[in-house]
Amino acid sequence: MSLLDPFQYTFMLRGLAAAAVVGVVCAVVGSFVILRGMAFFSDALAHAILPGVAVAYLIGGAGGPLLWGALGAGIITALGVGFITRGGKLKEDTAIGVIFAGVFALGIALISSLRSYSVDLAHILFGNILAITNTDLLTIIGFSVLILGCLAAFYKEFVIISFDPTHAASLRLPSEPLRYLLLVLVALTVVVSLQTVGAGLMTAMLITPAATGYLLSRRLSRMMLIAALVGAGSGVVGLYLSYYVRIASGAAIALTTTACFAVAWGITRLRRH
Amino acid sequence: MTALITPVQSPARVSRPPQPETAVMLTDISAAYASGQSVLTDVNFSIALGERTAIVGPNGAGKSTLFKVIVGLMPHLTGEVLVHGHSHHAGDCPSIGYVPQREAIDWSFPVTVSEVVLMGRVKEIGWFRRAGRADHEAAEAALDQVGLSALAEHSINELSGGQQQRVFIARALAQRADVLLLDEPFSGVDVEAQAGIFDILDTLHEQGVTVLLSTHDLQSATTRFDRLILLNRRVVADGPARSVLSPERLAAAYGGRLTFWQDGAPITVTADDCCP
Repeated sequence: MSLLDPFQYTFMLRGLAAAAVVGVVCAVVGSFVILRGMAFFSDALAHAILPGVAVAYLIGGAGGPLLWGALGAGIITALGVGFITRGGKLKEDTAIGVIFAGVFALGIALISSLRSYSVDLAHILFGNILAITNTDLLTIIGFSVLILGCLAAFYKEFVIISFDPTHAASLRLPSEPLRYLLLVLVALTVVVSLQTVGAGLMTAMLITPAATGYLLSRRLSRMMLIAALVGAGSGVVGLYLSYYVRIASGAAIALTTTACFAVAWGITRLRRH
Repeated sequence: MTALITPVQSPARVSRPPQPETAVMLTDISAAYASGQSVLTDVNFSIALGERTAIVGPNGAGKSTLFKVIVGLMPHLTGEVLVHGHSHHAGDCPSIGYVPQREAIDWSFPVTVSEVVLMGRVKEIGWFRRAGRADHEAAEAALDQVGLSALAEHSINELSGGQQQRVFIARALAQRADVLLLDEPFSGVDVEAQAGIFDILDTLHEQGVTVLLSTHDLQSATTRFDRLILLNRRVVADGPARSVLSPERLAAAYGGRLTFWQDGAPITVTADDCCP
């Protein structure tokens, strides 16, 4: 048994590439997510794309337009939450809690009408990274470039609306459109990452690496860099380890990011003493 | 009622066409929270260019709301806000520098002092661009003016309360703001740091910047400001410090009393004596 064994399989290489790309995108987008206190929102969003996936499934089966179904559901729900919480009648997390549980249940209901219910649900919830095709990989890379490009283009504006909304208003920045754009980018990220860790473990990619970077740096650019390294590294290492340990790849990746966070937390504790 | 008290300007006197020498003009402003609860009613005043004005009033008087309305962050139900004669909806609105309340900022946000100051340059930098040399120079000059050059690369959570306020003043300087709004800049700041902030504000005053500051601390407001506006959901009194801070006025703003207006002259009705 050689340490290079996993690399002889094309599906493994595709999986590793996908895990690395998704690790970077999730970490960078996740940095804004945790700074804006949207961790719960992103987790709920990951679940709320289920009905979109289910509908795509019902239309076209396993080879159906899953990604586009998820994308549609993700964007609609992201904008929906943005809209509902705008008036301030309900607290944001309350609105999210209500809406997403309902939408998630709708997704399960739709999927449960399928014959291959349990297998399909497991793939959506926990990812199926080794089943990624060349087309999937290209789609993931394409969307990742789009997401990172948008973040780079509006970086300084995103930082201002997150750090000091009053300043954004005094500068007459279009805060609301920017906020919606950020929500859509989070939705896109969630959809693109669905195949690697699945809806259930999404926050392990979106929140944990960003939180690790936050612990280790007091500067946003460096925080994002550390987060991206942790995300991509954990994606690759986790998937690689899952080959030998024979555990679910999504869980292996999620456990690796969690381990990174634990180490970073330990470092910050030591630094303080 | 003593003769010293300047009567509050009635809406009829303030509602004139915008004068070029007016920095900020509020006409019949009323505002409410999202819940529908009223915060401000019939607020009228105008601030001349370069004037130093303190908005004083108890907690919950609507000072922060008033600033948010002036900045355009919060909608007002009635009336009009003009900054340098322009409304918020006009394209060429002049620059308003805003120093937020300490509690409004997440101090654990991972940004450095110089990054915060550079945020003042966003309009000059423009969309899809990064800060250029001129922007960095403006930020450095602004930090120098508030005496924080040495801390430029420090994270904002490493600063003291007074230094944090100065960072945001520097941001307004980098923004080349025509009007500077400071929301409770002295809360959580010691006397020495407070003096430092006043020195910076004096320099700005010499440079012709209009400064509007809110505070619930009457002592700091009296000495260094040309004009005081006593606010408690509406303008209770408006004028030079010594005339505004009469016992009757303060009781009206801070005690549980009601003030009515008749023909532009204030009449104070004592409804309650709960708070001395």
